Amino acid sequence: MGFDAVRKRAKASWDGLVSSSIPVIYFGAASCGRAAGVMAVKEAAVRYLDRTDTDARLVDVGCIGPCCYEPLVYVQKPGRPPICYSNMDPDGIETLLEGYLASDDPMGDMALGVLGDEAVDGIPPLFEHPMLAPQVRLVLRNCGIIDPTEIDHSIAHGGYEGIRKALSMTPEEVIEEVKASGLRGRGGAGFSTGTKWAFCRDAEGEPKYLICNADEGDPGAFMNRSLLEGDPHTVLEGMLIAGYAIGCRHGYVYIRAEYPLAIERLIHAIEQMRAHGLLGENIMGSDFCFDIEIKKGAGAFVCGEETALMASIEGKRGMPRTRPPFPATSGVWGKPTNINNVETLGSLANIIRMGAEEYAMQGSDTARGTKTFSLVGKVKRTGLIEVPLGTPVKEILFGIGGGIENDRQFKAVQTGGPSGGCIPRSKLDLPVDYESLQEAGAIMGSGGMIVMDDETCMVDVAHYFLSFTQAESCGKCAPCRIGTKRMLDILGKIKDGNGEMGDLDELESLSWTIQNGSLCALGQTAPNPVLTTLRYFRDEFEEHIREGRCRARVCKPLIRYEIVEERCIGCGACQKRCPVDAILETSRPVTKGKGKTRAIDPKLCVRCGICLSVCPPSADAVEKFSPATAEVAGGGGR
Amino acid sequence: MNPDETDIVKQVEKIVEEHGPYTKSLIPILQDIQEEYGYVPGVAIATIAGRLGISGDVIYGVTTFYSQFRFNSPGRHHIKACLGTACHVRRGSMLLEAIERRLGISHGETTPDGLFSLEKVACLGCCALAPVIVVDDQVFGTCTPAKVDGILSRYEGEESA
Repeated sequence: MGFDAVRKRAKASWDGLVSSSIPVIYFGAASCGRAAGVMAVKEAAVRYLDRTDTDARLVDVGCIGPCCYEPLVYVQKPGRPPICYSNMDPDGIETLLEGYLASDDPMGDMALGVLGDEAVDGIPPLFEHPMLAPQVRLVLRNCGIIDPTEIDHSIAHGGYEGIRKALSMTPEEVIEEVKASGLRGRGGAGFSTGTKWAFCRDAEGEPKYLICNADEGDPGAFMNRSLLEGDPHTVLEGMLIAGYAIGCRHGYVYIRAEYPLAIERLIHAIEQMRAHGLLGENIMGSDFCFDIEIKKGAGAFVCGEETALMASIEGKRGMPRTRPPFPATSGVWGKPTNINNVETLGSLANIIRMGAEEYAMQGSDTARGTKTFSLVGKVKRTGLIEVPLGTPVKEILFGIGGGIENDRQFKAVQTGGPSGGCIPRSKLDLPVDYESLQEAGAIMGSGGMIVMDDETCMVDVAHYFLSFTQAESCGKCAPCRIGTKRMLDILGKIKDGNGEMGDLDELESLSWTIQNGSLCALGQTAPNPVLTTLRYFRDEFEEHIREGRCRARVCKPLIRYEIVEERCIGCGACQKRCPVDAILETSRPVTKGKGKTRAIDPKLCVRCGICLSVCPPSADAVEKFSPATAEVAGGGGR
Repeated sequence: MNPDETDIVKQVEKIVEEHGPYTKSLIPILQDIQEEYGYVPGVAIATIAGRLGISGDVIYGVTTFYSQFRFNSPGRHHIKACLGTACHVRRGSMLLEAIERRLGISHGETTPDGLFSLEKVACLGCCALAPVIVVDDQVFGTCTPAKVDGILSRYEGEESA
């Protein structure tokens, strides 16, 4: 069967779904939705449908992005577009289905938006929601819309049009087209994808290998997982295009074993490709032959580095080696190898299908196209987003993200994970592109964006990232192996209130050595989180050292909990829940009502904060202070 | 060799057979073994070494390099405490400490009765629900130290029921 016939059948299958004569209920069932409890919601829906003898089709889709509204459910009645409902739970879905399916009330109060261009019964289109309106969804265009286990859904949305067009071009033309699109590596380094391909294509040696790097290791980043779970075919099609352009026929997807659902989706998608003649010999009737194998990573952050990743594929310890030779000339098993990130590959089908010119219309002068980010931390609306490169940080945080959680004060946003840095309030207008972020001391990285408020301690953040890189250092280079440990010790000392002013110079000096004396990017960038926090938040370090004060009241040895006697109602909730019996009943009566007040023994207190969280809001008697000793002036409110 | 070990050797040999006795198969072999037993038994290393013709030291080196592999049997309920960045800024480390205090073990250990094992993980990727702990496959989002007791008691209750 030719591809035209395949596409026709795929369109018919998709049309059958959207114009279904019975209701269709879609569940946002990516890992994030499942964690939020969507499967229990689905079970409740099934129970309701069985009980009421209602016919409906149930479809699992990926994630459309707004994690803060999960679990998400979409209900499509015949002749109407799907309506998206947020924060569903098993009781909520019963109410919704009873209301909408049985009584034809679309339950506007529970709705987030309509998956279509027109409002329905006053419910506005979903893509006009303030979280989604500023976004440009190219890579993620199908995520949350299609059933990722149905290749037909992908094909009906233009899937495999890119490779079809690529096959009508010469490999050199494809490379030129990708160069013209301005696409740069989305894994973080930002090297021109087309140029990288040309190196590998021109390299001598056969066979050549293509690797899709899905070893998403940055803590706080889940863009690649979401894409692979929601639309695996976009990435796999990108691999076909890259394979054709480079002139190789073996592809690997190197994916974290911690992503079981993404792996399941990939295995299924690869089988479907094979069944449709999109993998194997003579793809789409051409001379191009290509196959894809999945390699599961075993948990090592350093394997995101190209040469370490290749060592891991070969079955060895994932330790980086010197470059040159670069992977393009001598990679896996000494053969020319090209490694691209999931999102880079996921962008290719769009580039070829739309044409480089149209793609390059998005983004800034130095960085074309769009980039996905996982927007998390102390922000109101968390989730997976996609914006044109060059979008100002402020627009992402306060437009899409809706501002800081609980309307607290913004302190910094961290990009680039353990290799990146913090962007302070003074740099909120910064456009998000490779060069601007680098200048500010951060990096683009793979797309983690973690928002921090005034309750986040920057010394603690620096310590956190360094403890990560220190643990993940493979140990090959002494400056990285020993230097990160030494830096971590110093940061720990400062956090504990035992720091000295000379420690700050020591941190900077060690940073220089580690940056310049390490072989791979892990070591070269490990000091970044420390350097940017020192650059923008030096006063916080100095407060820890000079005053023994942690203004965010995070560093435990520098804080104390106290029960304000006048507000204590003597209920004993804190005493009952204290895990170390550090709370005692005093002999003093409470101000109002009966009973005796409670007091915390600071020597026994482990500062877990349970007393603060269990104190009845009406009393609100537990306070957290820094410095740890009451005699020192300063202290702090809540 | 006790009967259990004889069984393990047989099973490991079968797994090696499936992947082929090559160095490149080493990590998938170890992954399958861990899938089967929940950990990598010592006798498995020697068996793989014999089959692949590489030294046990090299295999041990690879196994210890990757955080996925463990050498002890996990508890009947396995707890993962997420310490990704989003969880960290929402006090994930206090959560881990609360669990450690409650169970009397450190992360990486199993309780003496074999009921719980505790592991800290770098990121589970459900950052919107931070801080998160996972017990077996059940995710507990926006968790606090005050909720730890209730969550763990549930599993202890099941056990004694």
